[in-house]
Amino acid sequence: MPQPRTDSEGGALRIEIAEGQDVVQVRQRAREKAQAAGFTLTEVTKIVTAASELARNTLEHGGGGWAEVGVVATGVRRGVRMVFHDEGPGIADVDQALRDGFTTGGGLGLGLGGSRRLLSELTIDSVPGRGTTIVAVRWK
Amino acid sequence: MRMAVSTNRILKVMESSQIQLLADWVKALRGTATARSSSLISDPELQAQCQELITLLSTALRNARLDAIDDPAWEPTREYLAGLSRSRGRQGFSPTETAMFVLSLKEPLFAHLRRAFAGDNEVQLLLDVWELGKLLDMLALYTTEVHQQAREEVIRRQTEEMLELSTPVIRLWDGILAMPLIGTLDSSRTQVVMESLLEQIVATRSPIAILDITGVPTVDTLTAQHLLKTVAATRLMGAECIISGIRPQIAQTIVHLGVELGDVITKASLADAFRLALKKLGHNPAQA
Repeated sequence: MPQPRTDSEGGALRIEIAEGQDVVQVRQRAREKAQAAGFTLTEVTKIVTAASELARNTLEHGGGGWAEVGVVATGVRRGVRMVFHDEGPGIADVDQALRDGFTTGGGLGLGLGGSRRLLSELTIDSVPGRGTTIVAVRWK
Repeated sequence: MRMAVSTNRILKVMESSQIQLLADWVKALRGTATARSSSLISDPELQAQCQELITLLSTALRNARLDAIDDPAWEPTREYLAGLSRSRGRQGFSPTETAMFVLSLKEPLFAHLRRAFAGDNEVQLLLDVWELGKLLDMLALYTTEVHQQAREEVIRRQTEEMLELSTPVIRLWDGILAMPLIGTLDSSRTQVVMESLLEQIVATRSPIAILDITGVPTVDTLTAQHLLKTVAATRLMGAECIISGIRPQIAQTIVHLGVELGDVITKASLADAFRLALKKLGHNPAQA
């Protein structure tokens, strides 16, 4: 499988996620990149919302970490690729975590599953006790 | 050892030719200054600042190593530069301009060193220049650092002020309250929002409250949860809550997220919500 490459205009800068304010930053970066990739307003809103969910998960459940948001292109396809990483407790049961309504905090339990519906691809790589890395892509 | 020699030689030059050095420095500064910065600082003021810094430098050099600006003996110099950097920042100088003020001392001071020790030990002279250059670089960088800190303080203060931004509860009609929400709803502000709305419901005995989210750019699950909680709390108080300002893209996103708004009444615009509220209170919007 060809690895999506980050093209020149989409240099994926790392954003540290340590407090609530950083989630706002991730959202702004996601909005910027989605607009740069030429998404429509509705699609931009979906990407930003998913970025918000995933960044907050990194903060709340992962105890903080980092995010990278960049524009990707494979062939003629363009998209936005977002990576979220934390070194928190990890997710014991990924399928369960994706199920709507499942929450370990006090939230609605829709963040992860909802994000997957808002995006094209969402891969969760989690090792309990070691941390979680989520790679999310929305293709045009 | 050699550094101590340098310190003494620099100090000697600064003290013996203080008046000439000051004149040369001010001249050099005025020569490089742009018209803008000249208008920001008057000549006597600039002269006084240069004089002060030369005096402070001499005092510090007499009591401390010239490569240790963290030393307590350098404290007065650092403090003076910090004050200078802050005031210049407020006056609209760029960090480069402030740093250049310190760095511009290099040229006249080097010239005076060269003149004082011409034909002497050239290696020592080179070392003097090197050490002095390092010192002035460090002090210039320090002004930049202070400038940056001052900026960060301003940003922090503004952030705090923004959090405190009052969210006004507006009385649209007898019995109808509206609260236009603007910005991010996932911060501590949400609590303030909810409290002031509930308080106003009691204070005005309004049966209907409209939460308008036109100004909320992103509605994610946390924001949705806050909204649902506010609606639930309003109901507990015997009032009804309408959410308005749901734009098409927000509606689509909420659906994809899977958020159930249940039996919450929502409207696309504040006008629609207001019309509905009037109807519920028995007014005829067409006549009202």
